[in-house]
Amino acid sequence: MNMHLPTPRLAGPAQAEPAIVLEGVTKFYGGFRALNHVDLEVARGETVIICGPSGSGKSTLIRCLNRIETHDRGRIVVNGHELTDALKDIAAVRREVGMVFQSFNLFPHLTILENCMLAPVQARGISRREARETAMHFLSKVRIPDQAGKYPGQLSGGQQQRVAIARALCMRPQVMLFDEPTSALDPEMVKEVLDTMVGLAGEGMTMVCVTHEMGFAREVADRVVFMDKGAVVEQDTPERFFSAPASERAREFLRQVIH
Amino acid sequence: MSQLDFSVVFDNLPYLWQGLRFSLLLTAVAFAAGMVLGTGLALLQHLEVPVGAQLARGYVALIRSIPLILVLFWFFFLVPLMLGALMNGGRPMPIGGVWTAFITFSLFEAAYYSEIIRVGLRSVSKGQYEAAQALSLSTYKTYRFVILPQVVRVTSPIILNQTIILFQDTSLVYVLSLTDLVGAASKLAQLNGRLVEMYLAVAAVYLVICCTASQLVAYLRRRTQLNQNR
Ligand SMILES: Nc1ncnc2c1ncn2[C@@H]1O[C@H](COP(=O)(O)OP(=O)(O)OP(=O)(O)O)[C@@H](O)[C@H]1O
Ligand SMILES: [Mg+2]
Repeated sequence: MNMHLPTPRLAGPAQAEPAIVLEGVTKFYGGFRALNHVDLEVARGETVIICGPSGSGKSTLIRCLNRIETHDRGRIVVNGHELTDALKDIAAVRREVGMVFQSFNLFPHLTILENCMLAPVQARGISRREARETAMHFLSKVRIPDQAGKYPGQLSGGQQQRVAIARALCMRPQVMLFDEPTSALDPEMVKEVLDTMVGLAGEGMTMVCVTHEMGFAREVADRVVFMDKGAVVEQDTPERFFSAPASERAREFLRQVIH
Repeated sequence: MSQLDFSVVFDNLPYLWQGLRFSLLLTAVAFAAGMVLGTGLALLQHLEVPVGAQLARGYVALIRSIPLILVLFWFFFLVPLMLGALMNGGRPMPIGGVWTAFITFSLFEAAYYSEIIRVGLRSVSKGQYEAAQALSLSTYKTYRFVILPQVVRVTSPIILNQTIILFQDTSLVYVLSLTDLVGAASKLAQLNGRLVEMYLAVAAVYLVICCTASQLVAYLRRRTQLNQNR
C-alpha cells in the first residue's frame, strides 16, 4: 500500500452541484414586481457580476440569496440548502455565505477586531482565541492588521470596507455576496477594495457581485449577468458582453455606464 | 429673625443619612428594575410582538398620563385588596410602604425608560440589523451584542437625566409615611423648629448630587457626539 498516494478530492455531488441555483424566482414589494421569474446558476468557484440600471432588482436578487429578503415564488438553493421558512436552512446558509454591503455596516461600538470576532464566537461557537487568530489572519490579508484596536469611525471608507470583507471571511464562507461594495467610496479608495476582491476571486471563492466597475468585471468575472425590470435580460462572458451585447437594453446601459 | 444655626443639622446627621440612604436605594432599585422592564416594553413594541406590543403601548400611555403620586396611592390601597382577594380569602393583605414604593417607582419609571429606549432603537440603522443577520446572528444575539449596546450609548445621557428626575421624585414617598431625606428633614424641622436650616441643608444635598449627575450627563453627551464623528 502506498502511503503517499494523494487522497482523492471529494468529488461527487457536493463538488459538482452548483453553489447557487435560482428557478423562477419572483418577488413582490406590495403590488410591485421587483424580481420577475429569475433563473440563474452559479457554479462553485465562479465569479458572477450582476449589472443593470437602477431599480432593476440587483440588490433584491442578491439579498434573496441569504434571505435578508424573502422571495414569493420559485426556488432558491444555496450550497445545497433550499431557502424556505425553515430557520435551520436559513441559519446554515447565513453561516456559509458572507455579505458585503455598500454602506459597510460595521458595528460602530466594537473595535475592528471585535467586529471580526463577534459572529464566529456567537454564531459559530468558535473559541475566542481561535476567533482572534482567524480575525488577525484575515485583517492581515486585507492589509490592515495594525488597525485592529481602532473603532470603525476612525478608519477611512476604503479601510472600513476591507474590514467588512475580512469580517465576512472570518465566518469561513463558501460564497461571498457583494452589493455595490465600492459605490459609497471616494474614487481614490475604490482600487484598494477591488484589489482585495480580485485576490479573493483568484483564490477560487464563489462570488456574486453587484457592481458598475466595468474594468473590474472584465478582469475577474467569469460571467456578467445583465438585469432590467426585475428580470435577467442576458448573461455572457465579459468579453462577449462588453464587445457585443445582445440586447438593445444592455447596449443602452453600457453606453451610459462607460459614457 | 434669629441667626441661622446649623447645629441641628450636624447633630442629626445619622438620621438624615438614613433618610438619604433610603432615597438612594429607592432610586437604584427603580432604576435597575425600571431599565429591565422598560427595555422589555420597548422591545415588545419595536419587534411588533402580537398583543404584547399593544399591551406595552397601552401600559406606557396609561402610566404616563397619571401623576406618580396617584400611582403610589393606588398601589398602597389597591394592591393589598387585590392580593387579599386572590390569596387571603378577601381580607386585604398590606404589603407595606417600602414595598409599595419599590414596586410603584419601578413600574412607573419603566414606562418612561421604555419611551427613551424605543426612540433609541429607532436610531439604529437598518444596515446594522442586516449585517447581523448576514453574519448568522440570532435575533436575541443581534439585540444583545449589536443593537442594545448602541442604544445604551445613544440614550445614556437622556436615561441619566430621567434618573435625576426619579431621584427628586423619591421625596414623594412621604405620602406613604416613609422617611427619605426630605421626610427625615421635615420631621426634624418640626421637632426643633429649625425649618430654614433643615430645608437649606437638604436643598444643598440635592443640589450637589444632581449637579454631579448633570456633569456626568454632559460628559456622556460629549462622548456620544465624539462617537458619531468618528
Ligand atoms: N423594501 C422595499 N419596499 C418597496 N419597494 C422596494 C423595496 N426595496 C426595493 N424596492 C423597489 O424594488 C425595485 C428594485 O430595487 P433594488 O434595490 O433591487 O434595485 P437595484 O437594481 O439594486 O437598484 P440600484 O442600482 O439603485 O441599487 C426598485 O424599484 C425599488 O424601488
Ligand atoms: Mg442596489
